[in-house]
Amino acid sequence: MKNLTITSNPYNDDKVVDACSIFGMMDTTGRRFSGKDVIRAIGNMHVRGNGLGGGFAVYGLYPDYADLYAFHIMYLSDDAREEAESFLSCNFRIAHKEEIATKPIRAIKNPPHVWRYFMEVNKQSKTQGQLDDDYVVEKVMTINTGLADAFVFSSGKNMGVFKGVGYPEEIGEYFCLEDYKGYLWTSHGRFPTNTPGWWGGAHPFCILDWTVVHNGEISSYGINKRYLEQFGYQCTMQTDTEVVAYAVDLLVRKHGFSIETLARILSAPFWADIDRMPEDQQKLFRTLRQVYGSLLLNGPFTIIIAHEGEMIGLTDRIRLRPLIAATKDSVLYLSSEESAIRLISPELDKVWIPTGGEPVIARLKSPIHSVRKQVAATKR
Amino acid sequence: MTTTVINKERSGAVVKIDATEMETKTLNTRLRELVAGGDDKIRIINVCGQRYIGTDLNKPVDIEIIGTPGNDLGSFMDGPQITVKGNAQDGCGNTMNSGNIIVHGHAGDVLGLAARGGTIFIRDGVGYRCGIHMKEYGEQKPTLVIGGPAQDFLGEYMAGGTLIVLGLDLKKGEGHKAKYIGTGMHAGIIYLRGTVDKYQLGKEVGAAELTEEDKLTLERYVHEYSDHFGTDAGKILDAQFIKLFPLYLRPYGTLYAP
Repeated sequence: MKNLTITSNPYNDDKVVDACSIFGMMDTTGRRFSGKDVIRAIGNMHVRGNGLGGGFAVYGLYPDYADLYAFHIMYLSDDAREEAESFLSCNFRIAHKEEIATKPIRAIKNPPHVWRYFMEVNKQSKTQGQLDDDYVVEKVMTINTGLADAFVFSSGKNMGVFKGVGYPEEIGEYFCLEDYKGYLWTSHGRFPTNTPGWWGGAHPFCILDWTVVHNGEISSYGINKRYLEQFGYQCTMQTDTEVVAYAVDLLVRKHGFSIETLARILSAPFWADIDRMPEDQQKLFRTLRQVYGSLLLNGPFTIIIAHEGEMIGLTDRIRLRPLIAATKDSVLYLSSEESAIRLISPELDKVWIPTGGEPVIARLKSPIHSVRKQVAATKR
Repeated sequence: MTTTVINKERSGAVVKIDATEMETKTLNTRLRELVAGGDDKIRIINVCGQRYIGTDLNKPVDIEIIGTPGNDLGSFMDGPQITVKGNAQDGCGNTMNSGNIIVHGHAGDVLGLAARGGTIFIRDGVGYRCGIHMKEYGEQKPTLVIGGPAQDFLGEYMAGGTLIVLGLDLKKGEGHKAKYIGTGMHAGIIYLRGTVDKYQLGKEVGAAELTEEDKLTLERYVHEYSDHFGTDAGKILDAQFIKLFPLYLRPYGTLYAP
């Protein structure tokens, strides 16, 4: 995709602004449901986007291949696929591959070919002591920066991202998402204003099974990007949100922080607020701000982060973008607008407007391995 | 997108609109037509996210909304009374000129943004930046009455009008949580029921006890609030209130031109 950088962002100025719609829904019992309601809900916020990007992330998606890495790759040419597949077969054992089913609809123009691969890491090609996840991140970066016209946009286990240029409800129809089931769905409608919308620039952004959808502008993109590059993450999608996915992977998977602490790094409390905390907390928060200052997300944002078993809603410290949360029985909803939630669940147990910088977290009630068995038993 | 045929049923003088899957533009066009045609009682059911409801209407008509109206409810409105049986989203009462909005639920961010007249009653709490840049001139004076607590930046850059926050959800002994209250405020008044720490106030804000005149204003609006939502005005008024006022007329007068 090197050519795209030149064609779609000639100024190469790192600047992207968007004002979007986001929606997330998770059943904390692990019950899997179809994408139908999610598509309706995000479609209800149609006017927040402009048709230049829509997408979905689904968890509990591939119970038949739950322990294999599922790659979704978009190709702009047949040559690109040949080249990428030869790279994949050298570095992975491919258990199954197929073109992702799509339904031709008028609204979706010039789509790339999108394929999925279920794969195991090729143990021989790993360096000694390298973790599988690190190996996968490395290979995703190699494809996205090195191979022309091929893009890995989903690379986790038992989950998948579907995205492209169009309104989210159109993308949902195009990828037949009513036919898929998951226990956690996030979605996004895009309104890009500073760079052209393109298929890879739609949300969610994904690395391993971390995904992020975002409404706002990450003004600190340049600082965040340069910091992440030191750890091997290459930003290739030309959109600010990409840094959040990599920051989350670095902080939680590699540096071992809890989601609560992650939220306090990305959306750090003001120094004045830290001064009023109890002494031990002051020390902790000062240290976090000092060590991870380069991962503070500046500017207005609301994000929904998801990975296996968890969905997290978070806004900037002074909540310059909207977020509303609601619960009904075992389901937690996060949305830019309450009406989107009410459309699919008119009666709610609880509705609230979260405080800026404080994460709203939904977790599976039972540990993930038992859920895996359970979803494997019910299948798709 | 589909446009649904309007289901209009005349029941007495009340015109009913079913807004199921109706687009924002269709709904507001219909409202304009009805009001221009002399209808003055309208009930809209199944509202779900349609924006700007009541915008541009300039007669004292009654509009009842069942459901969740979208952003900028009653924006630029001049005269109608809108009652919402449900929650309001962001930007409710944006730049409204006159009329009333009564919400039997909560409201989102920037309630009453740049309002220049009219009254808004919210039964429960509200989001960030409520009353931001409200203004007044002569007889034109907006008033917001909020039953629950408000979130940060309440009354930011306030340039007129009255903001009343009752904080009825706060537990005994619990203070308001909003920070940066009245940041940049340079006119108007905020009344808070309950307590607030100094650090929660913007640098441009002073705090004082209520005068007799303030108490009369408060009594009037608290009684009106209680009439709308069936609460006990006496009980609400039997509490500690403070008045917040701007310390400077032009807090940033020398920021760019010292």
